[in-house]
Amino acid sequence: MLDIRYPIGGMFIILGAILVVFGLVSDPQLYEMHSLGININLGWGCVILAFGLFMLTLAGLARRRSKRRETSP
Amino acid sequence: METVRLGNIDYVILIVYTLFVLGIGIALKKFMRTSTDFFLSGRSIPAWITALAFVSANLGANEVIGMGACGAKYGMMTCHFYWLGAVAAMVFVGVSMMPFYYGSKARSVPEYLKLRFDEKTRALNAVSFAVMTVFMSGISMYALAKLMQIMLQWNLNFSLWVSAVVVLVYIFLGGLTSAIYNEVLQFFLIVLGFLPLTFLGLKNIGGWEGLKVQLAKVATEHAPDGIHYPANAWTSVWGNMSSAASNPMHVEWFGMVVGLGFVLAFGYWCTDFLVIQRAMAAESMSAARRTPVLATIPKILIPFIVIVPGMIAFVVAPHPGVFEPSPELATAAAAAKVELAVPTWGLLPPKSEDATIRINGVEKTVRKVVRNDGKIEPDYNMAIPMLLIQYFPTGLLGLGLTALMASFMSGMAGNVTAFNTVWTYDIYQSYIAPNRSDNHYLWMGRMATVFGIAVSIAAAYVAAKFDNIMDFIQLVFSFVNAPLFATFLLGMFWKRTTGHAAFFGLLAGTAASALHTAVTGPTGHWLADVHRYGSDMAQNFWMATFAWTTCFVTTIVISLLTARKKSDDQLRGLVYSLTPRFAADDHLAWYAKPEALAVIMLVITIVLNILFW
Repeated sequence: MLDIRYPIGGMFIILGAILVVFGLVSDPQLYEMHSLGININLGWGCVILAFGLFMLTLAGLARRRSKRRETSP
Repeated sequence: METVRLGNIDYVILIVYTLFVLGIGIALKKFMRTSTDFFLSGRSIPAWITALAFVSANLGANEVIGMGACGAKYGMMTCHFYWLGAVAAMVFVGVSMMPFYYGSKARSVPEYLKLRFDEKTRALNAVSFAVMTVFMSGISMYALAKLMQIMLQWNLNFSLWVSAVVVLVYIFLGGLTSAIYNEVLQFFLIVLGFLPLTFLGLKNIGGWEGLKVQLAKVATEHAPDGIHYPANAWTSVWGNMSSAASNPMHVEWFGMVVGLGFVLAFGYWCTDFLVIQRAMAAESMSAARRTPVLATIPKILIPFIVIVPGMIAFVVAPHPGVFEPSPELATAAAAAKVELAVPTWGLLPPKSEDATIRINGVEKTVRKVVRNDGKIEPDYNMAIPMLLIQYFPTGLLGLGLTALMASFMSGMAGNVTAFNTVWTYDIYQSYIAPNRSDNHYLWMGRMATVFGIAVSIAAAYVAAKFDNIMDFIQLVFSFVNAPLFATFLLGMFWKRTTGHAAFFGLLAGTAASALHTAVTGPTGHWLADVHRYGSDMAQNFWMATFAWTTCFVTTIVISLLTARKKSDDQLRGLVYSLTPRFAADDHLAWYAKPEALAVIMLVITIVLNILFW
């Protein structure tokens, strides 16, 4: 069956990337007004991106392990 | 207050999320071959996934918004709903009750009641549960659509139908597995979407110490109810519970521990099929038992992403320029003599209602302050939404709103999957059309999904018209739920308990709750005014305690007076003393055993209670 870590990883990588890119190009005024001057889109985008990559890594490792189990006698 | 305008980027985030949840449903469709796949996920899901789904199905929009509101209204005492009222019950259902749910042939909680007791007890539970789930999802659907309307001026019908159709599609295609998988995705989204609120809010207010100073000022000098509380009233979990008058919840420790910690918490976590269904989908008995225990790990941390932000919203100053109405709106409102709702207690606006004013010839819906005898009251439900608007710039705001949508969908999917299973197995297959092919029941499960969501939508419109009727329905359901745990406890641990006793015990318990509400206040007291509790919360805890005790005693007495109809053989696997000890965990390392995990989690929870005492 589908390993749920793939869609979770995929979604957070896309969402993280969107926030990072937007954080890089957006007007700093936005962050002065809302997030105490912190570019939270860029910062939190990186966190989410990293989480997505972590999920994909876990899924990849699990797949390798189960393949090895199948091939070993 | 001006409504927020979303940027394109916010919509992009919402759309990406929607495509992923639908995609999961589509990807799982080919695995739904039998009714067991559809209703029970083929009993094949690993424990970490069912555990996250177990928490997530409970983490609906009502929970997120409601617990944020309670954080503002009662402060850290709200953590009792997690550190007292959830952990012990979750550990108990995993360690002690799951062997009977998962180990028996029951496919649902009502079916367990049939195997253990008799047909009528099952029918009572199945029907009340089925009605309750569709109404509950209707209520939360309305609450979310209304919130989106207030915050973003989204059309109520639009948000209602779109969110309902998304949930419908992914459950229709992928059944319980799809609901569970999406709940895991939604869980991470809720956490990652709300966590920056805690971070930015605490940074803004000067950390935990800064928050304590601000809340102490409010508690001692100007609490909204005009009472002077001790300085730590909002920041202490247990410190002010020696008497009901000295804390904002107006509950003393005994009512809290018995009413919430024992009756309501055990009643919910140990008998509500909505959460139990997730554990029953686990791949093995051991995984099923670990599910609720593992679920306590995220559960004890949720206060930090909903309750603490709620507390911040109550005292933090609004950012300049975020909530001020535009000059045209201010002028138009003044001309029309409409008092606009703006942040008054920290970020919290007063309770308000829709009003229409004309700006340059265009009609616009705004929120007008509601006064009761000239007085205004804080609208606590706005705590989380106001924080999102204050701290999240466009971009992250899209993520925060998507997280709110995700919480709504996970709660609704929990209700809908529990409903379609109970409807198909416990009502349709049992009383309407027995002995049909498995394919037929699979088809009926899909139809029940459509039907359940249609009724939820209808209930949402009822809620939109008559707020009070929905409050009343919720009250009636709490009558039904309060005594339930007594029946299960006796059924599982005392083999002498009989079917008649279970049935009439439940009815007596429900009658006791209704009677309690009819003669006490602040809510109810239709018949007489015997006692007034300090708050609805206190009344609710005591009602549950009376109902549970009535059911417990009545069930014991009737059991002793009636003959047992089930032999020991029939009760094997259903009752503790007749079930051989479960030995399949013996190969597991000590730390992976449910019992060991349970002890670790209980110790951590006790430490949390002491840290925030």
